[in-house]
Amino acid sequence: MHGRPRKAPTEEEQEASVVKGAKLRSIQAKFFQFHHTNTYTKEALEVNAKLLEMNPEFITGWNYRKLAVQYHLEAAQSDEDSIKSILDEELKVVESALMTNFKSYGAWHHRKWVLNMGHSSTDRELFLLKKFQKLDARNFHAWNYRRFVTALKNIPDEEELQYTTDMIYENFSNYSAWHNRSVLLSRLLKEEVEGYYPKEKVLTEELEFVRNALFTDPDDQSGWFYHLWLLDQTVKLEHLLVSSWPPNGSNVNVSDYCALSPSLSSISRTLPLILCFSEAVGGINSSTVSVVCESNMDSNLIWTPISVDKSGLARTWLTYLTFSSEPMHPSRNYLVKVSIANSEGIISSAGFCCSNPSHMAFTVCLPSSNTEFDEGPDIERIDWSEENFSSNQLHSENLGLINSFNELTISGDNKKTYETNAKIIADEIDYCRELLSEMDCKIGKLTLARLLLAYDALSSASRGVQDQNMFQYKEILELYHDLMKLDPPHFQYYKDQYSLVFLKQELANEESLLKYCYQYRDSTSLSNNSLCLCLRGLSLSQIGCIERLLWVQMLDLSNNGIRSIEGLESLQLLCCLNLSNNKICSFSALEPLRLLKSLKVLDISHNEIGAHPIDTRRYLCASPLSHTSDWKREEFVVSGPEMTIYWDAFSIFSGLNLRQLSVTGNPIADKKFKLFLCKLLPAMKWLDDEKLR
Amino acid sequence: MNMLDYSRMGELAVEKHVKFILTIEKEKDSFESVVMEHIRLNGAYWALTTLDILGKLNTVDQDEVVSWMMQCQHESGGFGGNIGHDPHLLYTLSAIQVLALFDKIDALDIDKVSNYIAGLQNNDGSFSGDMWGEIDTRFSCVAILSLALLKRLDKINVEKAVNYIVSCKNLDGGFGCTPGAESHAGQIFCCVAALAVTGSLHHVDKDLLGWWLCERQVKSGGLNGRPEKLPDVCYSWWVLSSLIMIDRVHWIDKEKLIKFILDCQDKENGGISDQPEDAVDVFHTYFGVAGLSLLEYPGLKAIDPAYALPVDVVNRIFFGR
Repeated sequence: MHGRPRKAPTEEEQEASVVKGAKLRSIQAKFFQFHHTNTYTKEALEVNAKLLEMNPEFITGWNYRKLAVQYHLEAAQSDEDSIKSILDEELKVVESALMTNFKSYGAWHHRKWVLNMGHSSTDRELFLLKKFQKLDARNFHAWNYRRFVTALKNIPDEEELQYTTDMIYENFSNYSAWHNRSVLLSRLLKEEVEGYYPKEKVLTEELEFVRNALFTDPDDQSGWFYHLWLLDQTVKLEHLLVSSWPPNGSNVNVSDYCALSPSLSSISRTLPLILCFSEAVGGINSSTVSVVCESNMDSNLIWTPISVDKSGLARTWLTYLTFSSEPMHPSRNYLVKVSIANSEGIISSAGFCCSNPSHMAFTVCLPSSNTEFDEGPDIERIDWSEENFSSNQLHSENLGLINSFNELTISGDNKKTYETNAKIIADEIDYCRELLSEMDCKIGKLTLARLLLAYDALSSASRGVQDQNMFQYKEILELYHDLMKLDPPHFQYYKDQYSLVFLKQELANEESLLKYCYQYRDSTSLSNNSLCLCLRGLSLSQIGCIERLLWVQMLDLSNNGIRSIEGLESLQLLCCLNLSNNKICSFSALEPLRLLKSLKVLDISHNEIGAHPIDTRRYLCASPLSHTSDWKREEFVVSGPEMTIYWDAFSIFSGLNLRQLSVTGNPIADKKFKLFLCKLLPAMKWLDDEKLR
Repeated sequence: MNMLDYSRMGELAVEKHVKFILTIEKEKDSFESVVMEHIRLNGAYWALTTLDILGKLNTVDQDEVVSWMMQCQHESGGFGGNIGHDPHLLYTLSAIQVLALFDKIDALDIDKVSNYIAGLQNNDGSFSGDMWGEIDTRFSCVAILSLALLKRLDKINVEKAVNYIVSCKNLDGGFGCTPGAESHAGQIFCCVAALAVTGSLHHVDKDLLGWWLCERQVKSGGLNGRPEKLPDVCYSWWVLSSLIMIDRVHWIDKEKLIKFILDCQDKENGGISDQPEDAVDVFHTYFGVAGLSLLEYPGLKAIDPAYALPVDVVNRIFFGR
């Protein structure tokens, strides 16, 4: 029982409780007699009122009162005085029930029900609320009721905003008041009410207001959440085209990529085109994005969002360019121009459209004749051992293809907004440093790290991304490092953030990126180049910066602490992936792989699959559980009992065409499971060290 | 493999808790019992699910429970909290959940029950709890979970239901009862679970909400439901299950939380309370045990974070047969 101390009741207390129980039960019995016979006499209503005073949560009791009110209102016809007296009685009953328990849902709802009839005065309501909000300034029933009454009385948002100011001055720690402030302010900003425009001015004032609270008690969370929200409002960027494959300015030999086309057999003149945006967008199609080529090219492109969910939005979009079978000059390079022609049609999840036209171009070299792509019968097993990889063998044409750093700067108008907002953030950084110079405050440090990242995002957007290596990530990494020590219960949160910033730092420029590029010994076993991005042993817990990695076909992420591969679905060229020795806990965590249709080689050995009874990705992958996938029983190559255990493996692997898979070192990988895999993946040639068939 | 060392955290008094649950059922005369009579069907769900997680569901007479429960059904198809009480979505879900535990959903007139539930959807996609029109995202959740378990989600407008829930999203990434209402961990569970079973978790800002939720852990290791509030064992369910559904549960200290829950046990008479040394009740006993199950405490059946039923029960419904 909430807040009641645990102690054995004395004999007297026990007796008293039984007497009180008997009394309540007899009232209940009487009440039901009236309720089940539709009796609404004065006596019956009094019994009911007594019942609700003793037990305000008794929902059937409130229902009965509503029936009684309807019955008596009908009798009163349109006599205003009788109506008023019937309803006033209800308000009284609610009030005394709330005195017993002011958290009773039924009582608050009954009051709204009565007031919604429009006959009662609302004058007393704010007075009553004051009383309850004094008793408990965080009572969310009272706050909900307050929003109901202010809407009923048409009280302007500005006035209510002032009320939250008063409440916050009374007690900075009133999160309910901060919350209501965010609701009211969002509305005032959206409607551009006088005094609440321009947005930047309002945000600056709000930041100053919340700063007072933060400086008074930096360890109280309430103000910090509001501060984070303001920060988020300030850095909200328009979505931008951030990278592409083929990259801007590159030269691609189409025959190198024929293996990546959707149907391998006949079309060798197909090239994937991938666009990556700063956030998930929708509306990419041939009317919003124009692709023009000098050579004959099918211009009716079908764009696919690369996303594991059903929103229709994605950060990464894919299409295939199909070139005509006979190029005029086989040896010549043909220019392909891509531009976001109708940017208004491209909309982010927040409903923003893009006002920024972007253009990019690359050249393609078409093969002189249709070359058949053939995997050959004697495929070698990919061996991830270190001795098979060597550095410093990069050719200049490879460089062009990994280079996603040639970005477009943004137009003048937006640049100004970014600069203004960057200035706001810079000021906040100064204040935050001032606060931290006085005391060691956990959320203060975290906020400083977030502010520095926000500043980075804003300033790089206004300068153009080329300058990104100017930024120092070192300070942010140090802050997260401190936080891991300062706040051990949330260690893994800071670790995840650390990983993302670390990757940002390491992949920020070409020079740094090249340190992680290696050449696989045998280039014939892969579809074309055998350049491997090797991010092994960096103690990463998750991956990010995917916009820099669209070119990757071979990726080694082994020996990290990776739990989630969210975002990896964007790497549409990926053929070989090494995830061994990580912390992948279930097959459902591999959901992004379902979208990697080129994936041939996968190593997930030595993870934790099968070690955990609770699957934290259970609802983040497509399955009948979340009503996102309707498996037809007759399609199963496996029987019912196996499905209830291996459903997630089925979900991930049934759509893939893997040639090599390593699962050893996971608790799930016993003999029975391997047999299941062989049934599920008939084209597989290697399972662990074993050559099949 | 960095597994937790459970021996350091104390021990779960399984036998005592089973005994506690079985005795409260018999103790009916105190005021504390009478005042809970109107939600007895919820109580049945809490008690029986706890027993199942503890591996002791066979200690109850299933036929007796089902026959009592069917008497709680109203002619409209909905269930009341007890015999003779008015029907409401909250008790209807409990009835379906209990039948699912027993693998007896077929005992229901599924169309009748699902029509009752579907009939409570409003034009804006929201759900009323009963015919008297109280609207709350709790009811959206209960309706969606019920219909999903009955495999009748097609009877409602799921898209509108999802959009209504999304309209209740707040500055902190959490959700409230109605648009504009403050985030609360219990309410967040309701909304996240409803989005989870409708494949709509992309509407959740997982990092923002995950951080807010992981900051619910206070120094004692326990979780609170809103900022600057006291910890309470029931949030071991509301917060944890939400963190699990959005895959951010590694952001809290599981070991400290297990210790907090175990510290709330009444080791003498069984049962778990909201905070150490408070009086125990079946509600917190359920949330404590379910929380431990989510924390992978050894010897417990795994519980599903959305349907709030053991994983084997949920898998049987969605993957079996």
